[in-house]
Amino acid sequence: MTPPDFSALWLTFRLAFLVTVILLVIGTPLAWWLANTRTRLKPAVEAIVALPLVLPPTVLGFYLLILFNPNSGLGGFWLSVTGDTLGFSFAGLVIASVIYSLPFAVQPLQAAFESVGKNLMEAAASLRAAPLDAFFTVAAPLSARGFLTAAVLSFAHTLGEFGVVLMVGGAIPGETRVVSIAIYEHVETLRYGEAHALSLILLAFSFVVLMVVYVFNRRHRVHVH
Amino acid sequence: MLSVFGVKAHRALSCLLAMAFSVAPAFAGEARIAVAANFKSTLDELEAAFEAQSGHDVIVTSGSTGKLYAQIVNGAPFDVFLAADQARPMRLEAEGAAVVGSRFTYAVGRLALWDPDGVAVGPERLSRGDDRRLAMANPDLAPYGAAARQVIAALNLSDATRDKLVFGENIGQTFAFIRTRNAELGFVALSQVLAAPAARRGAYWAPPQDMYDPIRQDAVLLARGAENDAARAFVAFLNSDDAASVIERHGYGTE
Repeated sequence: MTPPDFSALWLTFRLAFLVTVILLVIGTPLAWWLANTRTRLKPAVEAIVALPLVLPPTVLGFYLLILFNPNSGLGGFWLSVTGDTLGFSFAGLVIASVIYSLPFAVQPLQAAFESVGKNLMEAAASLRAAPLDAFFTVAAPLSARGFLTAAVLSFAHTLGEFGVVLMVGGAIPGETRVVSIAIYEHVETLRYGEAHALSLILLAFSFVVLMVVYVFNRRHRVHVH
Repeated sequence: MLSVFGVKAHRALSCLLAMAFSVAPAFAGEARIAVAANFKSTLDELEAAFEAQSGHDVIVTSGSTGKLYAQIVNGAPFDVFLAADQARPMRLEAEGAAVVGSRFTYAVGRLALWDPDGVAVGPERLSRGDDRRLAMANPDLAPYGAAARQVIAALNLSDATRDKLVFGENIGQTFAFIRTRNAELGFVALSQVLAAPAARRGAYWAPPQDMYDPIRQDAVLLARGAENDAARAFVAFLNSDDAASVIERHGYGTE
């Protein structure tokens, strides 16, 4: 493998890791709220969270391109704060990927939280556990499966992201040229050997990661319910 | 299943099926054309002229030259290929996927350095270096990108611009980067700039041809279209003076 391909791999893993961490941090309260809210807005919020599942990446990429440009509110704000544009930057890819992979984090977490059930939380409250305490000592451990699924799926989905990055990335080596873009370039320029090498790494990694989730889920299914 | 809908629905369905599979009259043929994305809008105009003149029907698929090439090699049902370079049509000829001797240059692409908000753009804009981003097509993927790199090298600005470059996967995407103002400036096809209404063109500079290798775009009759009258007629039309005047009006050179 060539140095640029190594750099693309490293960049992609960095991106996927950072996005997974961010998604767990913002996805957990969002999923918790969705699992417990009684507001009539819930279906609308759920639909918004699920949008990246059905929207073509080109739609997302197109809107992000418009949102990121320095003349827009977000793009201009970012530029004035950081001195860099959102389009064609690693930060821009992180934002794009967080949006793109949001349902892969929120949905498993929400399902896990819903299965914890109100009774257990009420029991914890009656034992004078503060809500946050109850969450960390009761709900979170019972939702371990959900956390693992959310983390793995977010990571794997970001790893395989292509269309959105193609639209807003600009293929800058070491900054936005992720593995999927590198593979695409290799195929387009008929360098099938390099394309095979990178593709095989992604394929093997994705398989192993998904298998870990399924094995873990099988082992813990009885325990949770 | 059909009985549920009754006889009327059955009849309507057979009528639809008949329409879907109907064959065009013998005199009017059909040609499937694969065209490089940069030439699509020009081809739309050529297509209308050709169809009116010949009665043949043309079906157009556009994409990047590399992708279309891969599709053709893998059996895509195209009769004519209008590439954005010479390399892919040559390869198809050598590989037996195209009719030997049918290849010719239908258009010569011209590059433009474009700023949609600019008043005047020239090479000094690049050397001044106060633009944050300079967009160009990926030189490995797109002929316009390779040409842009040559122009930058000819101006001795390769080092000065290196950290500003952002790459579109193709020239259409590069255009979008600039059009949405994510990049203030960039190299696109002159034909794209000219496609916009004059009032919205901003400012552009077309580098002299001696700064970059001519972007010869070759067309080739594919093996599948060898015996297709409509395809052959279209190739002949594309090579005509009528077609050349349309092509030149869109910002291309012809040979």
